[in-house]
Amino acid sequence: MKNNQQIIKKVLRHIGKYKFFLLLSIIMAAVSVALTLYIPILTGDVVDCIIGQGNVDFDGIFVILKKMAIIILLTAIIQWLMNTCNNKIAYQVVRDVRAEAFKKLEILPLKYIDGHPHGDIVSRIIADVDQFSDGLLMGFTQLFTGVVTIVGTLLFMLSINVTTTIVVVILTPLSFFIANFIAKSTFSMSKLQSQTRGEQTALIDEMIGNEKVVKAFGQEGKVIERFDEINSRLEKASVKAIFFSSLTNPCTRFVNSLVYAGVGILGAYLAISGKITVGQLSSFLSYANQYTKPFNEISGVITELQTALACAGRVFEFIEEEPQIPDAENAVVLNEPKGQITMEHVSFSYTEEQKLITDLNLTVQPGQRVAIVGPTGCGKTTVINLLMRFYDVKGGSIKVDGVDIRDMTRESLRKGYGMVLQETWLKAGTIKDNIVMGKPDATMDEVIAAAKAAHAHSFIKRLPQGYDTVITEDGGSLSQGQKQLLCITRVMLCLPPMLILDEATSSIDTRTEIRIQKAFATMMKGRTSFIVAHRLSTIREADIILVMKDGNIIEQGNHETLLAQNGFYANLYQSQFSM
Amino acid sequence: MKSLLKYLKDYKKETVLAPLFKMLEASFELFVPLVMAAMIDTGIANGDKSYILKMGGILVLLAVVGLTCSVTAQFFSARAAVGFATKLRHALFSHIQGLSYTELDTMGTSTLITRMTSDVNQLQNGVNLTLRLLLRSPFIVFGAMIMAFTVDVQAAWIFVVTIPLLSIVVFGIMIASMPLYKKVQAALDKVLGRTRENLAGARVIRAFCKEEQEIAAFDKDNEQLLEVQVFVGKISAAMNPLTYIIVNGALVVLLWTGAIRVDEGIITQGAVVALVNYMSQILVELVKLANLIIQITKALACAKRIENVFAVENSQQIMSQTASEKASDDMVRFEHVSLTYHGGGEESLTDIDFAVKKGQTIGIIGGTGSGKTSVVNLIPRFYDATKGTVSIKGKDVKTYDMNELRKMIGIVPQKAVLFHGTIRENLLWSNEKATDADLEQAIEISQSKEFLDTKEGRLDFVVAQGGKNLSGGQKQRLTIARAIVRKPEILILDDSASALDFATDAKLRRAIREMTDDMTVFIVSQRTSSIQHADQIIVMDDGEVVGIGTHDSLLAENEVYQEIYYSQFERKEEHA
Repeated sequence: MKNNQQIIKKVLRHIGKYKFFLLLSIIMAAVSVALTLYIPILTGDVVDCIIGQGNVDFDGIFVILKKMAIIILLTAIIQWLMNTCNNKIAYQVVRDVRAEAFKKLEILPLKYIDGHPHGDIVSRIIADVDQFSDGLLMGFTQLFTGVVTIVGTLLFMLSINVTTTIVVVILTPLSFFIANFIAKSTFSMSKLQSQTRGEQTALIDEMIGNEKVVKAFGQEGKVIERFDEINSRLEKASVKAIFFSSLTNPCTRFVNSLVYAGVGILGAYLAISGKITVGQLSSFLSYANQYTKPFNEISGVITELQTALACAGRVFEFIEEEPQIPDAENAVVLNEPKGQITMEHVSFSYTEEQKLITDLNLTVQPGQRVAIVGPTGCGKTTVINLLMRFYDVKGGSIKVDGVDIRDMTRESLRKGYGMVLQETWLKAGTIKDNIVMGKPDATMDEVIAAAKAAHAHSFIKRLPQGYDTVITEDGGSLSQGQKQLLCITRVMLCLPPMLILDEATSSIDTRTEIRIQKAFATMMKGRTSFIVAHRLSTIREADIILVMKDGNIIEQGNHETLLAQNGFYANLYQSQFSM
Repeated sequence: MKSLLKYLKDYKKETVLAPLFKMLEASFELFVPLVMAAMIDTGIANGDKSYILKMGGILVLLAVVGLTCSVTAQFFSARAAVGFATKLRHALFSHIQGLSYTELDTMGTSTLITRMTSDVNQLQNGVNLTLRLLLRSPFIVFGAMIMAFTVDVQAAWIFVVTIPLLSIVVFGIMIASMPLYKKVQAALDKVLGRTRENLAGARVIRAFCKEEQEIAAFDKDNEQLLEVQVFVGKISAAMNPLTYIIVNGALVVLLWTGAIRVDEGIITQGAVVALVNYMSQILVELVKLANLIIQITKALACAKRIENVFAVENSQQIMSQTASEKASDDMVRFEHVSLTYHGGGEESLTDIDFAVKKGQTIGIIGGTGSGKTSVVNLIPRFYDATKGTVSIKGKDVKTYDMNELRKMIGIVPQKAVLFHGTIRENLLWSNEKATDADLEQAIEISQSKEFLDTKEGRLDFVVAQGGKNLSGGQKQRLTIARAIVRKPEILILDDSASALDFATDAKLRRAIREMTDDMTVFIVSQRTSSIQHADQIIVMDDGEVVGIGTHDSLLAENEVYQEIYYSQFERKEEHA
């Protein structure tokens, strides 16, 4: 509950900008409800002017109808303004929150992005924001108008007749209770339904997701059997859940009808004894209808508000995530680094429990080539993460040209590196857009030269629109190898003084790789470079080879000295040729 | 939707009864204003309390009968809708099971999953709502109008004018805003796409210091979304006020007309009240109807998508045996085979021609995209050759019964996939009758024993969904074990040792070779070390066979093979 209060406070802070509109909206809601409620009274007045043949007060009716017409017009205008106003608030809040969330996304430490499923983050920024604005703002107005309607109706009814009002007041909450009762008693049925549905979805996901394997082993029949078993359980659960939960409407409608009958009988009795007029009775009947409606809606609105709050909570949780440590105020700008890199007593771990890198020491002279080797999961990529300062070291320091990388701006540090990662990532846009990421002002000639150097030119040329071919998010129709060639071209174009090649050629066949290796060789000349690769052939020529295992550098040296050591590296290397 | 209606066939009774009871309920509702009018005109006017009580009783009775009708309707419609969805899901799932690789490729599995889950659910809701409400709302709208006629013809004409006017407004706004909502969706998709892109590319974006630019781009998309949303909002915000004006305007006219008619002595005061009640009933129902139509449109779109899946037929037919069949001691034979993938444009395989004897080990090597996998996929007939024939034991694979064909072959696909369940269950996939001893043997051969011994329960160890609790190499070895359990005549390893280190890879190959003399083995690999001891090596380049021979002969004269080999073993001699 306290949690909810905090969330509400945060929501209010975001709405604060639109205070004026919100206030306006509330006032308009109150006015429009009051005006709407006034209509039945006027209708009743008209009815009272129509007593019978030859007994109709046309002058009176004319005055009332004129009044009615004005009120109707006024209500409609206010309603439209109110709706527009609400939309404006809701959509603008959504825009603000999303913009804020996205800005956060760009400054969050990579630890967060790596550690959370992307689908979850996306749903917070997209779906949750929508639901929270819809639910909270629309829910709020609904709740507000609902309450005003109830109070207003009550007042209008009391002004006509107290006894009848009491009947209405006593009977209507009944529908509220019934709705609640049904919701509660169907809860377990709905739960069973969604559980079974989840089970079925999991099976569908697994089997259709891997349909080719299912087919390769001729398991179609078996799989259908399993599916049908769950399917028939789902049918039973669904019929129950759907039927019982669909009872809410008829039941509340039934209560409404009872209220209507009650008002009718009592009103008629009172009319006979002259306590109310027929017109007033007709007003009462419309009120009896309206009075129950907000009650039925409110229970729905409350669940909606609760979901909305939960969604808001998830959104704010994301927005309030600890951002990465900002650049120090006196951070230096790394300008054309020579590329001397030292790691002193570096320790690092992703989680507290599991130590990964302990006391890593390394000095790389400008222009040297460092190869990092080791089995999967040994921490090779971690070293890259630290060098680029995607993650900060837990202990020790990393220096470029003698300056601690935490004392320089991230931007200048990262601009000093050219990086080709294992996971090729391309943005939606043209091929050229993707290539010039590191150097937006590159000329077409430069782009083509880089593409040729990376052996990408020939396939780009063959694409429908060449360099202007638009690719969808994450490369779309390009093959993994082509994507990697594009990523290499990207680095070829700007050629920073330091290079990081993480499994850069893992998806390219060895022949193409040879060609790229040649290009890399030119590229690496005079540049400090780090290469992570499974293939020993690609790293033999390195100046320093770091052999990693379980997060530690277990061997360090060049190819010859390491072979002579006859240790882990020698073993790894020789296993390639043992047959 | 039409073709899907057959799944409602078994629920004919329910489909008729549900709307019928709903209409019954509605007609009882329509009587209420008349009863009220009688109460006013007879009861109050004559001061007849017992008459009022009687009428009140009738009101309660109408409510009870209405409740009963509507509960019955809900029951039938829930049964019909759920039953329909169950049958549909079964049919859809079975249909998908019957599709071939080509169709799976064209449609994509994620689409199929959405069709099976959310689309079917939406459709179930759609059917449920349609059965319950589609007839009810128009029935009440026109019912109210007809009842108005029974009260007074002249006053009823006001209804005749009001109803179309209201319909124009309600449906007009709906039709006008629907394409706009599509625009909103498109704008939202853009915002969503950008978010996803920035998550996936966080490293690259930061490496290139593009954060500010990405924020600017996002803000632009975000702003565009706001614009369309506000625009659509303005239009849909007009719905309530406009309908309000029309109905209440009609009320004003109705009261004025009513006053004149009463003055002329044609109708009574109670009749005026009844007419007013009918008018307000119409508004409520029209708004409901508009919402319902939106829901139904959505459901129809889902139905269309599901129908599209049903429309896709398996493109592989079993052909009757041809006379040209000749006895052959070739286990597998490719005769001038070409393959073009559906919608692929160019040929992926061109004129592949080779023969494999029983018991041979065949290595297939080549660069990425050279067509290695395409070649082996033709053997179990995952795809059909577009030109030429593939035959096993002298018989065209297209003439084999699909099950019989695939039973001969054990395949280990590139992507190691295991299913949720115990390791035993997973291994039994290829041969239900295998004994534990068979399984153990397969485990031994596939080099899985060592790590399996450390798993709790060994064969009963439960593999998590997607095999998440096993490493890539472990999964790969288990998929190999799974293929071996079948004791297939042809074993295909499609680059299935990529996650294994060289030593394990070598041990695995040795064990497979020792397992049986009869088994024909295809090894697809990028590593020359994996295939260099094969009886025949097929060298692929750009969808064509550029060389067939043994390691030594190819190394002596095949340029592509040399290039591949030396890219991996450049300096072997120096260390040998």
